[in-house]
Amino acid sequence: MKTPAKAVTGKAVPTPAEVAPSETSAAGATLPGTTPAEAVIAPGKGEKAGKASKGRRSRAVRAFARRLAAGIAVLYGAATLAFIALQLIPGDPVATLLGPATTASEEVRERIRAEFGFDRPVLLQYVGYLGRVVTGDLGSSYQLQRPVWQLIGDQLGATVQLAVAATVLAVLIALVSAVTTAGRRRGVRAVATAWELVAVSLPSYWLGILLLTAFSFQLQIFPVVGAQDLAALVLPALTLALPIAGVLAQVLREGLEAALAQPFAITARARGLSQTAVRLRHALRHAAVQLATLTGWLVGTLLGGAVLVETVFGRSGIGALTLQAVGNKDMPVVMGVVLLSAFVFVLISTAVDLLYAVIDPRLRAG
Amino acid sequence: MSVTPVLAGLPVRTSVRSRLALAARRRSPVVAWAVLVPILVAALAPEALTASSPITIDPVNALLPPGGEHWFGTDQLGRDLFTRVVHGARPSLLLGLGATCLAVAGGAVFGLVAALGGRAADQAVMRVADILLSLPQLLVALLVITVLGGGTANVVLAIAVAFAPGYARIVRAEALVVRRSGYVEAARGLGLRRSTLIARHILPNALGPLLVLATVGFGTALIAGSGLSFLGFGTQPPAPEWGAMLSEGRDFLQTAWWIGLFPGAAVTATVIAVNVIGRSAQSRFTRRTP
Amino acid sequence: MTVSRRSPAGGRDRLLVPSREEDAVIVVEGLDVVFHLGGERIHAVRDVSFTIAPGECLAIVGESGSGKSVTARTLVGLAGDRASVSARELTFEGEDLSSLTESGWRAVRGRRIGLVLQDALVSLDPLRPVGAEVAETLRVHRVVDRAGIGERVLSLLADVGIPDADRRARQYPHELSGGLRQRALIASVLAAGPRLLVADEPTTALDVTVQAQILALLRGLKENGTALLLISHDLAVVTGLADRIAVMYGGLIVEEGPAAQVLGAPRHPYTRALIAAVPAAHAKGTPLSAVTAAGPAPGPDGCPYAARCAHADQQCRDKLPDPVEIGAGHRALCWYPSSHTPEPRPDLARLTAARREAREEGQAGEVVLAAEGVSKRFRTPGGGRHDAVRDVSFHLRAGETLGVVGESGSGKTTAARIALGLLEPDEGVVRLGGERWSGLPERERRTRRRRIQAVYQDPLGSFDPRHTVERVVGEAVALTGARREERRRRIAELLDQVGLPTTTMGRHPRELSGGQRQRVAIARALAPSPEVIVCDEPVSALDVSIQAQILDLLADLQRDLAVAMLFISHDLGVIHHVSDRIAVMKDGRIVETGDVAEVFATPAEPYTRELLAAVPTLVPERNRR
Repeated sequence: MKTPAKAVTGKAVPTPAEVAPSETSAAGATLPGTTPAEAVIAPGKGEKAGKASKGRRSRAVRAFARRLAAGIAVLYGAATLAFIALQLIPGDPVATLLGPATTASEEVRERIRAEFGFDRPVLLQYVGYLGRVVTGDLGSSYQLQRPVWQLIGDQLGATVQLAVAATVLAVLIALVSAVTTAGRRRGVRAVATAWELVAVSLPSYWLGILLLTAFSFQLQIFPVVGAQDLAALVLPALTLALPIAGVLAQVLREGLEAALAQPFAITARARGLSQTAVRLRHALRHAAVQLATLTGWLVGTLLGGAVLVETVFGRSGIGALTLQAVGNKDMPVVMGVVLLSAFVFVLISTAVDLLYAVIDPRLRAG
Repeated sequence: MSVTPVLAGLPVRTSVRSRLALAARRRSPVVAWAVLVPILVAALAPEALTASSPITIDPVNALLPPGGEHWFGTDQLGRDLFTRVVHGARPSLLLGLGATCLAVAGGAVFGLVAALGGRAADQAVMRVADILLSLPQLLVALLVITVLGGGTANVVLAIAVAFAPGYARIVRAEALVVRRSGYVEAARGLGLRRSTLIARHILPNALGPLLVLATVGFGTALIAGSGLSFLGFGTQPPAPEWGAMLSEGRDFLQTAWWIGLFPGAAVTATVIAVNVIGRSAQSRFTRRTP
Repeated sequence: MTVSRRSPAGGRDRLLVPSREEDAVIVVEGLDVVFHLGGERIHAVRDVSFTIAPGECLAIVGESGSGKSVTARTLVGLAGDRASVSARELTFEGEDLSSLTESGWRAVRGRRIGLVLQDALVSLDPLRPVGAEVAETLRVHRVVDRAGIGERVLSLLADVGIPDADRRARQYPHELSGGLRQRALIASVLAAGPRLLVADEPTTALDVTVQAQILALLRGLKENGTALLLISHDLAVVTGLADRIAVMYGGLIVEEGPAAQVLGAPRHPYTRALIAAVPAAHAKGTPLSAVTAAGPAPGPDGCPYAARCAHADQQCRDKLPDPVEIGAGHRALCWYPSSHTPEPRPDLARLTAARREAREEGQAGEVVLAAEGVSKRFRTPGGGRHDAVRDVSFHLRAGETLGVVGESGSGKTTAARIALGLLEPDEGVVRLGGERWSGLPERERRTRRRRIQAVYQDPLGSFDPRHTVERVVGEAVALTGARREERRRRIAELLDQVGLPTTTMGRHPRELSGGQRQRVAIARALAPSPEVIVCDEPVSALDVSIQAQILDLLADLQRDLAVAMLFISHDLGVIHHVSDRIAVMKDGRIVETGDVAEVFATPAEPYTRELLAAVPTLVPERNRR
């Protein structure tokens, strides 16, 4: 039911409370079927919600089941995608799996052929492949002569270290920038928008080169390449973090400004709260909800960015492993990385969804 | 790959305040065009800006710092960096432009099919999009490259495949909003045919925002294209492409900082300019449709 | 009502006496607020003066843009960064507010002056339980010690009439009904015991029965000695509560005085127009809008109302008059303060009278639209089912208006969409002109759609944002088979019919005012010469005076074109004014139907009686319950 827009009248000359209708474009890449916007129930249903706590629990169970199903669907899809990619590569699949530079014996070829069942119909191959994936068997890299999960396991630590450091750095930079500049004077905001614009426009590979040149070659503060200690982490993490921080700051700042222009922010100030208290206690949570739409993008940027950053700084990690595999057409490794990425995505977006239900009570009912 | 969140669905929140700020920044698109026009000239007619050849090797003059004769210095093979940056504009921009056009076209088609083609089509398209969107864009591009191999055309296609699902999702969302809008219902109440409804009201209003987003998306695609060239998959040396130039010059950073500076600056300047123009178009667009 | 009436401070004896400065809680003298937006300077509030005594309620009434909300915000120092505020005097309980620093303001806000805003769904933080919002006020001003906060929150919620406060305190705004939510908001504002309560449209977003409850709550506060500044666009809403009324227009208080005098003997032409525009006070056929002269724009120092005023002359456009003292505390800002009310346009009154007689003689038209046992269910997001419309039957005869009234969620709009053939009913049949209209394939329905047209609540949303007025109306004209060269003429004719100049054609609807947009929507609806027009809340988003013009226009058109109308509104006043017969909806059912005069005079159903009792009227009653 449409509620009559009685609210339209009674406005005065523009005051901060008059928010333009906010237009949020298509929701971001959280899990399918669980975008926050869809989960918001129509307001005004009021009283009934409280009485139906049993209904709420079963709804929560249903919501969790839906999320789980969505996660499984994504993983299944990613596995299928990798399988299709393998099929699409022209030429003998055994040769593809072995890679171009192989000198594998006919014996090895025969083993691969039997394992994947290349002599059988594609559908059976597919079922067999899915079966192996489900049991955790990602196959072996014939180039590197090792099981894929071992290769990934060896490299995972370095990349996780990089990604976590970059995320922490990006969130810190974005928070400081957004909280201090949102809704301030025009000059302050111009500076904020300018740095955000530059940050989101910087290619990470160039940023890495600049930082290397400045801090490693010229000032010699940080090591050039290689070492996996903390000092060697600073520049790569910064390189990965800065463009992300630009985006986060932008979204946070706009979310803060939108929240500060809402009537509840006026109410809070009319209660005697200071401007800063309204920002921290009220507006920041609203701005944080905005970030939910960016989860998918964030995960993708961290993993994708790792490929470039690890290359620039000569670090080992999943990115470097992927790049090497793509260059060598080492298909088992590429397929393994695809599955790993999908898994990480599902894990993180599920966690974020649960977290947001804690922050935004309006999402719980869905 | 640093990506502006356009494909994650740029949350466009416009308050009175930010509108005022936008009005105050009305001059910035002019500055952006001032940056972009020379780059476009370089892409269309590099000869107009520099007479030398971008691939002529001159080992005697290798690694010269920027100066009167060589504005941007020379690289390890003695090639004039300014000439190479100028000539690099065309392949770099073409990578971004080609990928964006393909991605937008594909995204529009699939997005509209999903929104207007019934439940089954919607499910089919959006589930595939969900899977692609769950993977990092760069990884999707790399997967395509693994299958098809490197080279300019394949990189264009790879980026398009990586970006199209994002556009498809946006188009679908827009089309659904428009389809449920008051004016489409009003037009239906007048007795318009479904085909007229779609052609006259739904398509133009659903695709309008896409074209604006594509402007910002072009910047993202440019970064991705140059990034893949930097990794060695796109344009191959000695052809001058900004990403490939960075890759070539990487080993000489210690002695010749200028090799790393100028090609990257060209990418960044282009992307900033495009973003400024795209955003001002976007703010004009959101103001037009309340 | 659960607020007890402990002390009758500011009792009845002083109600009609204007407050004197010495006992006033707040004194505002010569307040000016100017906004700087980009290069523009907007003088939002001009030379506004008033005082409010304890236990007194001053209502500021005006339409959007009149400066009333800015005035309200200025009293708590929240006019915004872009506003420059100046006043000859701005004192609260003897303390000068105009020199306060930000931290000084913080001690005043909430503690001494409270601000209640429109809808608690957006005026309370949607991410926090309502109890936390109440507690915040207590905490900021250290009203009680930390340990006592929880207990005090509950007692505050109980005081404003929230039952089961313990559970409610833990709920979020979206989980509460509109009434409970607004009560919680008021509790959070009252927590630190402010002496002055500024309420900016406190009931505007609420259903009429809930509105009555909230007004009663505010009345209780007033009787306990709280000074009240009530801001509203609706004269009728403030009538039962205000001791004095100030009418604002263009940033100026154009008339101010005791409520009874302002309502009973208005002197400013704008006040008179506002009173005349209240539809509830006038029977069908009485025009609500006065004949307005579209005079030249007034100069910067002239009277802002001169542009719309029938009496305006050059003097009005050039210069503002000094306030004219009319009676004790009753002042008007007008060169020609007269007391006569505008004459209704005779032609309309006579003609409608004739039609009414004809109807009474039983010359009723044939049935053009009929619904029989229509039901519609929707699936709710939680997986449940919601019966939007249950077993609804009605019929509409040629040339008559059937008013459908109900509160939000009563199923009015769903019924309208079913009538329009935009939604298929699950059960029941709709007939248009005697033929089946529901349950048809769109192909068969399409060609007949021109016989039933619609005017929606949000005209702008019903226009393609890319289209000009010409294209919007032209699209409907083209469907009548008009040839290209005829179209322009027909569009111009339609625009003329709804009172828009031909120059409107090339403009975009978003450049037009709310009233003009609704006129465009009406022109479009008229284009295919329909037999039925469905109006879904067509005036609920408009200012009262504009609403009056649109209602008059619809009445004129119905008289000239003999078109039947299904008129949907939440506003009983509007429904009373436009309808021949009415249907009252509640929870998807029609609970009562009948002749408008009969239903309003002798409502049969308890719900109808409740609705009618809740409608605010212009008769200044004291202690009306």
